Amino acid sequence: MRELLNQIENQLNTKFPGDLLFTELSYDFPVITVKSTAAHKILQFLKEDESFNFHFLTDLTGLQTEDGQNLGVIYHVHNLPKNRRLRVRTFFSIQKPEIETVTDLWLGANWMERETYDFFGVKFLGHPNLVRILNVDEMDIFPLRKEYPLEDQERQDKSDKQFGR
Amino acid sequence: MSKEGNNIVPTDTIEKEYSTLNLGPTHPATHGIFQNVLKMDGEIIHDAVPTIGYIHRAFEKLAERRPYAQITPITDRLNYCSSPINNFGWHMTVEKLIGADIPKRVQYLRVIIMELARISDHIICNTIIGQDTGATTGFLYLFQFREKVYDIFESICGARLTTNIGRIGGFENEWSAYTWEKINRFLIEFPKALDEFNNLLERNRIFMDRTVNCGPISAEKALAYSFTGPNLRAAGVDYDVRVATPYSSYEDFDFIIPIGSSGDTYDRFMVRSEEMKQSIRIINQAVKNLPSGLSHADLPDFFLPPKEKVYSEMEALIYHFKIVMGETDIPKGEVYHCVEGGNGELGFYLISDGGRTPFRLHFRRPCFIYYQAYPEMIKGSMLSDAILTMSSLNVIAGELDA
Repeated sequence: MRELLNQIENQLNTKFPGDLLFTELSYDFPVITVKSTAAHKILQFLKEDESFNFHFLTDLTGLQTEDGQNLGVIYHVHNLPKNRRLRVRTFFSIQKPEIETVTDLWLGANWMERETYDFFGVKFLGHPNLVRILNVDEMDIFPLRKEYPLEDQERQDKSDKQFGR
Repeated sequence: MSKEGNNIVPTDTIEKEYSTLNLGPTHPATHGIFQNVLKMDGEIIHDAVPTIGYIHRAFEKLAERRPYAQITPITDRLNYCSSPINNFGWHMTVEKLIGADIPKRVQYLRVIIMELARISDHIICNTIIGQDTGATTGFLYLFQFREKVYDIFESICGARLTTNIGRIGGFENEWSAYTWEKINRFLIEFPKALDEFNNLLERNRIFMDRTVNCGPISAEKALAYSFTGPNLRAAGVDYDVRVATPYSSYEDFDFIIPIGSSGDTYDRFMVRSEEMKQSIRIINQAVKNLPSGLSHADLPDFFLPPKEKVYSEMEALIYHFKIVMGETDIPKGEVYHCVEGGNGELGFYLISDGGRTPFRLHFRRPCFIYYQAYPEMIKGSMLSDAILTMSSLNVIAGELDA
């Protein structure tokens, strides 16, 4: 795993200088964090390069960082013949949640990006049909953002703070 | 109409018009709540627009408010045809996060349950393919065995469909002799019944005419659409999470991955049918080589102490309280764990910030991902083939809508 991560780090630093922010091994899973403007071309490189060959998009999902100021998109890609996995993370400001779509690389990204848009409001530029998928069309919030709590936080009858509420 | 009336519009200028047909949301042939707005040219489907989300229950948001042990019942309701796989997948994700060491016995017991769940999942899919081609006999016959699988689950955890089986760390109690008797009887009776069911359909002329070349998908397309599980294997790609990234001691077992060639309904049926036989093989090996010992790990922070100790010992009472209230310490971390669910790679992407609940939990639901290929698979086929294609994809509404 560490070897693979070093290879990716070397290749990306020469091909796309400055776009790779950092790399880590998280529970034996190689993770790279890249700039959001470069995410598409890095994924395209990782997919089309013959030695890496991350041709299978396992998962695509969104994330809001702990400070609430940034949104992220997490890609899990997989090289099936060599059975190698990689997680690519990219973050951008919640004020301008825009990132290039990867539907041109993977057909399966279509609904996964729609789901991410539905719940986090990430705008995937160039997506063929970026509309809500699981929630009703009339909804005007992005429910998985942390600013929308699940329970009414102002309830007085349930202030059991010792249990973390 | 008069002759003159017929001649008002010259024949070659008549515009071609498509008719719109609403298939669903509640249509008996779709086995779930899905809507497809079909654009029909006679009986040929020209285009389809699926609408999903009818039973969306905001599981990912709910999970952000629940302690780890309380998330298991949520996972039940993803693919409710094989709940135990989802339960164990979640337990294993948490165990990976906390770095728990799980005894071999627990892993083997889990394998037995997961393979039984896979069998019950495939029974549903395959018998319903038969049902949709008009063969009700096999459906009613093999469904008895699904009940027998549920009897086994019931004797272990008390529930049949949404099982919430096991705990983080293992099983809450030892399996009874009754359970083992049920399992042994199932292992003897089911292969015979499965063979009889397959004899009814496998080389049946009517069945083959209906299913061969019905809703095919090529391996390239299947990979591009991120297919996993039996549907990908039917297209000819031998990817199985149990072999690629073994979990719960799957590397100890000897089994093969059946693959198809054309990715049509017949191949999907045959792949699932062979997988059931392989599951029986795995269960037989697990029962035969079952290690002795406790059926849970030594995890006082997560595994509830025995009830009699809770009433008599201070420490057990404290742990019991902490677990029930969800106050155990969880390390910070970011984990992705996947298991081979009934429909393919079921992934759990968990981010913990050290709090009592996950910071973010995402379910990679195989159904949701491959169902988007459905319009492309049914374009140009007949309406009745579209129904059959949907059954053979085994689209489960709970998993689709989360």
